[in-house]
Amino acid sequence: MSNSVGVKKDHTAKTMTSIQSSSLSILRIIRAQHIWVFLLICMLVFSFASPYFFTLNNIGNVLTQGSFIGFLAVGMTLVMLNGEIDLSVGATLALSSALAIGLQDSIGIWPAIIVALLSGAFFGFINGALVALSGIHSFIITLGSLMGIRGIVFIFTGEEALMTSDYSYTEYPEIYLGPVSLTAMIFFGFALFFQWILSKTKHGLETYAVGDNEKSAHEAGIRVRRHKVINFTLCGLLAGVAGVLLSMRLGTAEPNAARIWELWTIIAVVLGGTRLTGGYGSMWKTVGGVITLAALLNGLRLLNTPNYIELIVMGTVLVLALILDKTLTSSQSR
Amino acid sequence: MALLKKASDAAQKHGLIGGFAIFLAVVSFSSPEFLTLGNILDVIRQVSITGMIAIGVTFVVITGRLDLSVGSMLTLLTVLVVDQHNQVGPAIAIAYTLLASLLIGMVNGYLIGFMRLNSLIVTLAMLSLLQGATLFYSGGSNVNVTNPQETWFRFFGRSEFIDIPVPVWIFFFAALVGSFVLLKTNFGRWVFSIGGNETASLFSGVQTRWVVLIAYVISGFGTGLAAIIMGSRVMGAQSTIGQGYELTVLSGIILGGTSMLGGSGTIWRTVIGVTMLGFVQNGLLLLGFAYYVQWLVTWAVIILAVWIDLAAKRGRVFV
Amino acid sequence: MNEIILTADSILKKFPGVIALNRVSFDIRAGEVHALMGENGAGKSTLMKVLSGIYNPDEGAIHHRGKKVIIKTPKEARELGILLVHQELSLSPELSAAENIYLGDWPTNRFGIVNKRKMNAAAKIALDELGCNFGPEVLVRNLSIAKQQMVEIARTLVFNANVVIFDEPTGTLTTTEKDQLFEVVRSLRKKGVAIVYISHKMDEIFEIADRITVLRDGEVQCTVNTSESTIGEITNRMIGRDLDQYFHRAKAEFGAELLSVNQLTIRGLFKDVSFSVRAGEVVGLYGLIGAGRSEVAETLFGVRQKDSGEIIFDNQKVSFSSPKQAIEKGLALVPEDRKSQGLILGMGGRHNMTLPHLSLYSNMGVPRVDKELQVFEDYKTKLEIKTTGPEQLLSDLSGGNQQKLVLAKWLCAHPKLIILDEPTRGVDVGSKSAIHQYIATLAEQGLAVIVISSEMPEVIGVSHRILTMAEGRLVGEYTGKEMTEENLIAAVSGLTAA
Repeated sequence: MSNSVGVKKDHTAKTMTSIQSSSLSILRIIRAQHIWVFLLICMLVFSFASPYFFTLNNIGNVLTQGSFIGFLAVGMTLVMLNGEIDLSVGATLALSSALAIGLQDSIGIWPAIIVALLSGAFFGFINGALVALSGIHSFIITLGSLMGIRGIVFIFTGEEALMTSDYSYTEYPEIYLGPVSLTAMIFFGFALFFQWILSKTKHGLETYAVGDNEKSAHEAGIRVRRHKVINFTLCGLLAGVAGVLLSMRLGTAEPNAARIWELWTIIAVVLGGTRLTGGYGSMWKTVGGVITLAALLNGLRLLNTPNYIELIVMGTVLVLALILDKTLTSSQSR
Repeated sequence: MALLKKASDAAQKHGLIGGFAIFLAVVSFSSPEFLTLGNILDVIRQVSITGMIAIGVTFVVITGRLDLSVGSMLTLLTVLVVDQHNQVGPAIAIAYTLLASLLIGMVNGYLIGFMRLNSLIVTLAMLSLLQGATLFYSGGSNVNVTNPQETWFRFFGRSEFIDIPVPVWIFFFAALVGSFVLLKTNFGRWVFSIGGNETASLFSGVQTRWVVLIAYVISGFGTGLAAIIMGSRVMGAQSTIGQGYELTVLSGIILGGTSMLGGSGTIWRTVIGVTMLGFVQNGLLLLGFAYYVQWLVTWAVIILAVWIDLAAKRGRVFV
Repeated sequence: MNEIILTADSILKKFPGVIALNRVSFDIRAGEVHALMGENGAGKSTLMKVLSGIYNPDEGAIHHRGKKVIIKTPKEARELGILLVHQELSLSPELSAAENIYLGDWPTNRFGIVNKRKMNAAAKIALDELGCNFGPEVLVRNLSIAKQQMVEIARTLVFNANVVIFDEPTGTLTTTEKDQLFEVVRSLRKKGVAIVYISHKMDEIFEIADRITVLRDGEVQCTVNTSESTIGEITNRMIGRDLDQYFHRAKAEFGAELLSVNQLTIRGLFKDVSFSVRAGEVVGLYGLIGAGRSEVAETLFGVRQKDSGEIIFDNQKVSFSSPKQAIEKGLALVPEDRKSQGLILGMGGRHNMTLPHLSLYSNMGVPRVDKELQVFEDYKTKLEIKTTGPEQLLSDLSGGNQQKLVLAKWLCAHPKLIILDEPTRGVDVGSKSAIHQYIATLAEQGLAVIVISSEMPEVIGVSHRILTMAEGRLVGEYTGKEMTEENLIAAVSGLTAA
């Protein structure tokens, strides 16, 4: 495949030359963890620009707002480390949201939540299975799922938003530890958990191996197809979690919810430093990317910038993140 | 292996068309409105717009890349042409719009062809950027042509020439030109070679960066033409008018049998794919299904179409 | 006699268009180094991939320790104790050495948690035993190729291999590293491991191997004890005739200097490369993989941009920013990897052949099919390319015919200078000879020719003058009687590891 949707990896012996990194180790650390530098810059800029930014309350807001993309990003990171992509996360979130609220009255709140979560896992599984069995690239499969799942959402909800009839439902996530909401805590919990998986478990090492050099992984006996299905399922499940929590926060489920959230998600992950080509990245990087993105959006809103600025900034940031990613990878391997 | 390829070709030609024919039969049975002249003309007018864009995007896809920005591009350009029509008149408005379309295509082409960034992500970013630009330009409000009845601008979207709607003529000629360029010129050869093997093309002296850039410019231009037709037809534009077109266009291209991996495909396949898709969507609507059911059907059909294509290429169904 | 650990009986393996292994039988004993020799495309790698489970044979059987086994995957091979140290290393660069050693087989507890301490400890033992000066936690992408190889070899220790297959292990090693590797091989042999050693480096084989089996065109030619054979005999078996008859060198009639390169440098790839080539001259460029030869060629051709230095072509100072410019000036490059760089396999011969010079066959941007067909037929005859027609997809052609087509592609526009990078890699003996003959013809027609090759017999056989490169620098120049294998080896191995 040519240098486009699935960026081809070059695994001939020649490219595995030794890295004579003549740069200082400090520079090397900054290169690898550049997201934190961005975050710092971002926070400094906005703290100066707006007095409301650096308040405890606002920081709590940033974390909570970011958490929703955060769940999607955690899942996307897993999939991206495998060298794949999942464009349907937004639609899956919307579906789970709709099911959580829509089924409340018929089967009860908690059963509805469970169904919602399962739906996320289910569609993630379908994505993974299709990728593994058909050999079609994940971007086509999930581009299709993006449409198809959104269609299912609309079929379920009709064109109107669903509303919860039980007001206390919206109180569930309203637990705070200082400024940090339960939602944010759950997000960090998941991020920590999956980082642990990545670094300490067989599945985590497999994730890197498959993304890094799928052929070697396969020859080493790793069941690549089964592995990818697992990661896609997890990604869907996390989108389901985000959907449930969002429905709790808003009390409603709109059929158009999370319309271009996959875009934000990709921005957050790529910005954080995880590579599209697979095999390189971590949950820490993604957390950094998510928080930076949330801070950026939050800061812009506080400054009362009009809506379109957000979209333009996001598009530009994404392109810059790509350029950065490219310069870092190409300077590392000639 | 050869047998499977023949089966796939047959399936694609006859299977899809066969299925399509059955579908047409079912729809016309249940909905008398389907096969009326008025409906058919409506559908092919709509298909012309999607098709114009799809012709341009086909060039991009054959090089093995994507352009997901066409939907927001369409929105922006339609808003532009309608609004400018009221300000500087149709002629200059059209000029601006086409110029803008070339410019946007150039930006895409530069980032993807010269800086070699991932086309999926770049065009997604452009999608966002263009949406923002549209909001900036229009302030969120709708624009309308002030004199829809008198202006000659109506020619593009609302007139007919020998009983065939003008948009269809434009689409047809664009397909002819596009097909000629793709199949009969050096440039077209280069497009195919890049899709087939980009490295080898570079080593063979093909100016890969430029060819990719021009492919994106073509994609932009196609969208620009579509915007003019759309603006003329609707005589107005809201900031969501182009939403979802990128998916419809891609679906049409995939349905037509052009491979997403690049290196093969034709304009006429795209034309067929987009037309079939248009009638399927229309048919579903007439059968009483809500518009969002189309998405599900499109999803299933795309997966099937690509799967069959890949299965034939590699000689077995599963990977 | 030692116990026979592994035998291959009458193995048949086919790929589309070619029989890679034609009823090959082969056995290995414990505590011996059995070398497998043959030219590129003879079937050595294929045989080893069959034995290590990467390929499955179409017919034939494998016996391990007397018992018939069916090895369907590399994992099954590993479980039997058969490990392959790949030619192109199969490691994951972003994982650590230990994680790579245990790739796919990490020690885990019931819950899937990797026991890193145990893994690192065991890995360290293996690495120490191999004399490595790095620890198990180092990321593989930070290791040199020689060290990466050690990581792969460490797998054999950790999994108690009884058969270890080395596939062209010294391609990129310096002399010191090669000696270290041989120490490792010897210690494995002493432990009773059966070792298969694939290489085409004659001197190494005679240094380390106990027995030699020669493959040619997928068939076993002979199996002999090293002590009872000579380099000459083995060479003869490998290529089917004597060395002298095999290669063709053009008459030494030189014209003006066409290319002059001064202090050409790309940081990290090569430094201060200077040489010149005259019309009618065949200059060979010899070196190990990684020496920087292909990179120099790519720079001359405009694929890469130099950092510093000067290139003078046809009396003009040039600096090509793309291959198109180089082609316009009269250069041609037959790249190293024809499948990924040389040809578009999904297209036919006609399209491929005319691609670099499409303007020659087109009218105002529209290609003239009749002219293209003419050229195609011309060169199909000239180079004896076996193909069913101008539209036959190149993926259906054999390696030799594909390579001929790549050659044709460049020749039809009559370049002034042509660079051939590994022109006979993966090509059958018959086509090889034809290509060498053609190179000689080209030189006699007045082209300047640069041949990059890592096959010593080839580079000695066709060149008027040989340049040697090692670790990015030009380290020697030899003409006439100086062009011997000893000189070449000495030149490229002269630099020791940093």
